[in-house]
Amino acid sequence: MQFMLLFSRQGKLRLQKWYVPLCDKEKKKITRELVQTVLARKPKMCSFLEWRDLKIVYKRYASLYFCCAIEDQDNELITLEIIHRYVELLDKYFGSVCELDIIFNFEKAYFILDEFLLGGEAQETSKKNVLKAIEQADLLQENLDFQICLLPGVLSPNMSAESSGLFQS
Amino acid sequence: MSDVVEKTLTALPGLFDSQTGAAKITNRLRQLVKSITELTSKHEEENLIKQELCAMKEQVSSPNTSMKQMREIMVRAMYCEMLGYDASFTYIHAIKLAQQGGVLEKRVGYLAVSLFLNEGHELLLLLVNTVLKDLQSTNLIEACMALTVVAQVFPKDMIPAVLPLVEDKLSHPKEIIRRKAVLALYKFYLIAPNQVQHIHGKFRKALSDRDPGVMASSLHIYLQLIRESPDSYKDLTGSFVTILKQVLGGKLPVDFNYHSVPAPWLQIQLLRILSLLGKEDQSTSELMYEVLDESLRRAEMNHNITYAILYECVKAVYTIHPKVELLEKAARCIGNFVLSPKINLKYLGLKALTYVVQHDAKLALQHQMTIIECLDHSDFTIKRETLELLFRITNAQNVTVIVEKMLDFLRGCNDEHTIIHLVGKVSELAEKFAPDNSWFIQTMNCVFSIGGDLLQQDVPNNFLRLLAEGSESKEEDDQLRLYAVESYLTVLKGHTSHLPQCFLQVMSWVLGEYAHLQGSVDRREVIRLLTQLLDQRSVSSETRVWILSALTKIPEGQTDLILDLAERLASSQDTVLRQQAQELQHLSQDSQLHEWVLPRGAPWDAIEVDSSLSFLDGFVSEALAAGAAPYKPPHQRQEELCEDRALNLEPYSFSLPVSLSSCSITDRQSPTLLSVSSGLSGNSTELSQKAGSSTLILEGVKRVWGKDGYLPQKEATAPLVDEPSAAVQPPVQQEAAERTEPRPELSTRNQDKQQLASSLFVGLGVGSSVSLLGKSEAPPPRFRKKPRPHESSSSSGTSEKSSDSSCRSSHNTTDSFLYGSFLEEEPATSKSAFDHTPKSTTANGLSQNKDTKEDKHTNTSQIFGGDMVIVRPSTIQDKHPPSESSDLTALLPADLKDLPHSDVISLTSDPSLSLSSCRLFRDEALLLLIFISNCTETVIKDIAVQLTCEELKTASLRGNIVDCLEARSTSVCHYALLMDDPHTNVSFTGTVSYQTQPGHTNTLPFSGTLSTADFIRPLVLTTEEYGKLWLSLSHDVKQNLKLLTDAGDPLRTTLNALKDALQLHVVDIIGSEGIVACRLLSSAPCLLHCRVSGAALVMWLRSPHPALPDCILYHCQRALAHR
Repeated sequence: MQFMLLFSRQGKLRLQKWYVPLCDKEKKKITRELVQTVLARKPKMCSFLEWRDLKIVYKRYASLYFCCAIEDQDNELITLEIIHRYVELLDKYFGSVCELDIIFNFEKAYFILDEFLLGGEAQETSKKNVLKAIEQADLLQENLDFQICLLPGVLSPNMSAESSGLFQS
Repeated sequence: MSDVVEKTLTALPGLFDSQTGAAKITNRLRQLVKSITELTSKHEEENLIKQELCAMKEQVSSPNTSMKQMREIMVRAMYCEMLGYDASFTYIHAIKLAQQGGVLEKRVGYLAVSLFLNEGHELLLLLVNTVLKDLQSTNLIEACMALTVVAQVFPKDMIPAVLPLVEDKLSHPKEIIRRKAVLALYKFYLIAPNQVQHIHGKFRKALSDRDPGVMASSLHIYLQLIRESPDSYKDLTGSFVTILKQVLGGKLPVDFNYHSVPAPWLQIQLLRILSLLGKEDQSTSELMYEVLDESLRRAEMNHNITYAILYECVKAVYTIHPKVELLEKAARCIGNFVLSPKINLKYLGLKALTYVVQHDAKLALQHQMTIIECLDHSDFTIKRETLELLFRITNAQNVTVIVEKMLDFLRGCNDEHTIIHLVGKVSELAEKFAPDNSWFIQTMNCVFSIGGDLLQQDVPNNFLRLLAEGSESKEEDDQLRLYAVESYLTVLKGHTSHLPQCFLQVMSWVLGEYAHLQGSVDRREVIRLLTQLLDQRSVSSETRVWILSALTKIPEGQTDLILDLAERLASSQDTVLRQQAQELQHLSQDSQLHEWVLPRGAPWDAIEVDSSLSFLDGFVSEALAAGAAPYKPPHQRQEELCEDRALNLEPYSFSLPVSLSSCSITDRQSPTLLSVSSGLSGNSTELSQKAGSSTLILEGVKRVWGKDGYLPQKEATAPLVDEPSAAVQPPVQQEAAERTEPRPELSTRNQDKQQLASSLFVGLGVGSSVSLLGKSEAPPPRFRKKPRPHESSSSSGTSEKSSDSSCRSSHNTTDSFLYGSFLEEEPATSKSAFDHTPKSTTANGLSQNKDTKEDKHTNTSQIFGGDMVIVRPSTIQDKHPPSESSDLTALLPADLKDLPHSDVISLTSDPSLSLSSCRLFRDEALLLLIFISNCTETVIKDIAVQLTCEELKTASLRGNIVDCLEARSTSVCHYALLMDDPHTNVSFTGTVSYQTQPGHTNTLPFSGTLSTADFIRPLVLTTEEYGKLWLSLSHDVKQNLKLLTDAGDPLRTTLNALKDALQLHVVDIIGSEGIVACRLLSSAPCLLHCRVSGAALVMWLRSPHPALPDCILYHCQRALAHR
């Protein structure tokens, strides 16, 4: 896999992971182009897209688009399932995940992704093992500090759409 | 609203229980996110982020910022970067955080590093120590983090530093560590394969790891390794089959299941590996038939994941040695895909079909109605894939319909990549299957006007070359040309401002060359049309040059028009145009000169270009005699200029080693000696800081600037040329064109569609000669291009030339392997074989040509000194036993007999021809000799050899076209190959086409491998010179090698072994150290410093070329391992 992008229906980037070295300018250009192209596609169209010399595999979950770029000889369907497994992992970890979870805890989403894919290849496909690894690391945090306070009213009204679960559709 | 808040908050366990101290932390991010969401315009967002970044900048530079705060800042910085704002000031702090923070901070720090920094980023060097520390940490989490970052971003040069630690982790008790270590090594393998060369054994251990996760990770490495050299891993086939069987049998833990399919990722990986192993290998394929069968059978559930596996399975079945039952089953599976209502599956079905029709075109017939529906699908992706499929099944009968479909698609398409890609295919099909001239020209017109300036250069190049070279029959060629001229005149009479430049260039070239064929058209009309183009503003200046040279070619008679034009352009701003206008003026006034410069109707391959400009020799020698300075190439001038500017602390010594005699014109060399390649002087700032450990004399040597640094050195001798690969593409395997009736039993609703189907799928023979195993020969392409030697200039200064140039004319004889008929080395010009820019017709090329002419200093082999090896063991891994080798070495041309050479190896053979090759090691190039032997009792005609190798450059070739080869005789074809960038192994492929009977062309493909070792030459220098050179080189690699201890002095034995295998020059051996030197042909040197340390040989390599040490190291390892 060459890279993975998560973006919202409004075209806002939520997560980006690049497995090939590219300069920032190039990354931005690719992101912009791809977000446009993918958002322009109709729901009935297929989840694959030939783009430059790459294949783009994307899938929409609620308000979020997950989008992966793979090489030509790679298997599109299994990439689709990689996306799905990642969403499952997020869902299990956050408990019925929604876009807001990913916005506010994007570093967690990255941690999970890094346990699941490493250097662009599937590292661990067992759901249990991935979550175990994450929980172990989280456990450390728990021991380190033990205080919580929350400010009320963090959510603005126009975010309600993003708080619907990804698996609702 | 409140329930939404509540839901979200409960959805964030991180906030409630685990990520506690993060409360404040997340708040800052939350506030940021929240305020951004509330903003309405992009402008406001920019301002807000700018403020935020400013605040962060202040905070990070304050000494009071705690690690915890730093972590929070880092999270915000990541967020800002994700929004597309530059937060590069935090990069260094990310590294600091990873270095100094507690586990919690480290985690964020490492994440930030992996998001912010690229592999090549220099800041990564600062991370190396942190990674080293964490790799050694007993804390599992820390070690995990370090491995994760290593597998994501790690600088290539620093791999040796962490490699031993990562290697150790392969035997770590925790499987998660082992798994990450395997993936880190996979990453290392991808970016620097040579460095992990020695741990292949450990990969095998990982493959048999008891943890399925570790085993699965190791498959990534194996897939890569097997892709590169399937032959070395055939022995593992059994293991892979067993693993797949176990997976299918549900032997893995249940949590590897995905939607109740056992470990699908693992299955797919294994299927890919198996298909690579079984490709073209019957015995290996037989091992896997059973498991593939089972795979096909098991995957019956209706879920995406099973289809993913099925797809891979089908591909495997069609890749390996075929078995009829499996093929039938796989074909049925494809049916399930193609007929599926799910669009994703349909797409994959088309893709699978595209793949399998290459093996069996008949399969497309079963799905013709689906294919036709897909052709009109609203989804762009589906349409494009369908066209790809059609492209594969094109033959002479359906070509017009298919090309029409493709052009239709192209007209509605605005994606650049798609256009370039498809237009290339259209032109390929047009060339191969064109039914008649008018169709061909019309189609190419579409190609040019649609593809326009996006087109790759080789499309117009090929087209023009085809027109220019023609085929066998002059009459046909002229008809084609005539048609082109007519069609272009029509185009030009229309509206021309929208035409792409490339099309205009093609048209003007054709009109210039062939307008005279068209008797009925008034010359004035042609001239008028072309001049009209010149006046258009949209025409680029490059195109103007094309047009003008076309006008120059259109013969005399219309002097008044031409003169008018020339006068008008004489005041143009563009100097090139102005010059051309001058030429035009002169030529049009002097018809004799015109005839001489531009002979009409002369076959263009007969035009001889005197690239050495010998006609100016007299002028130059006069000038020299009159005291003019000899010519220096620009880079030398530049260097001298630099030297002049620097302070010279040395006493003046003798002047530059340029003597008048060496620039005597007769041998046409550039009169200068080259200084040591620029890599040496470029790195001179890096002084001896690294030389500390060496106890050789190196320490005493001062780096001397100036003249002492000069070493006579040869550059690559000839201007290089691109491989002629574009010239003749091997015909794609196609089914023989047999006309079949449209299948009557088709259930159709729609007459049109059926008609379309019959026109699309005609010629895909139902039950005709199609066999699964043997593919029948492709019909010869309609427009067969004559393979020909590169447009070559006459020789410049090889010694053979002067010795024997009288034999020039005795071409095309069967004894062409004899020395004389080869003529001299022909350095091909550096432009591609068909020169796209029109040549200037007058002698303005003087300065320019001199620039491009590489100076060649034919100092005969001082390199092959006393320690030369005459015959080296063969490194070409050939599958054929060497045959008749002894006879063939006798055929070596006389001038090459004395060169060291390899054994003669048989490349390939068929009943008529057999090919063998031999490598000759010349100082400045590798000569690859291909012996073409006629095994029949009849004469074979029109033999043409085409050799392709992406990594190498052909400096010259000769003898690749043989007009006729007598029975039982042999001809020799030479390739002088150059390697600019070292590759450990390069493989070449090629084809020989020949005719046993007129009109019946056979092709015989061949391939082989060359190793860097073939391109390495000893570098003879003294210890002192070595010392100087050593200090000036920057790229170094250090590694421990095996020491050969079997006999006598281990160091000497080992070095001798290396010398024998690699043509190294052993400079000196002092005690337990040895210094060795070599170079890549006549360019980059590589110095090796070897020291015995215990039972190992510490080898330290330096070179101006970054990749050369790696390569040489690889071959040293191999040479020692194979003893």
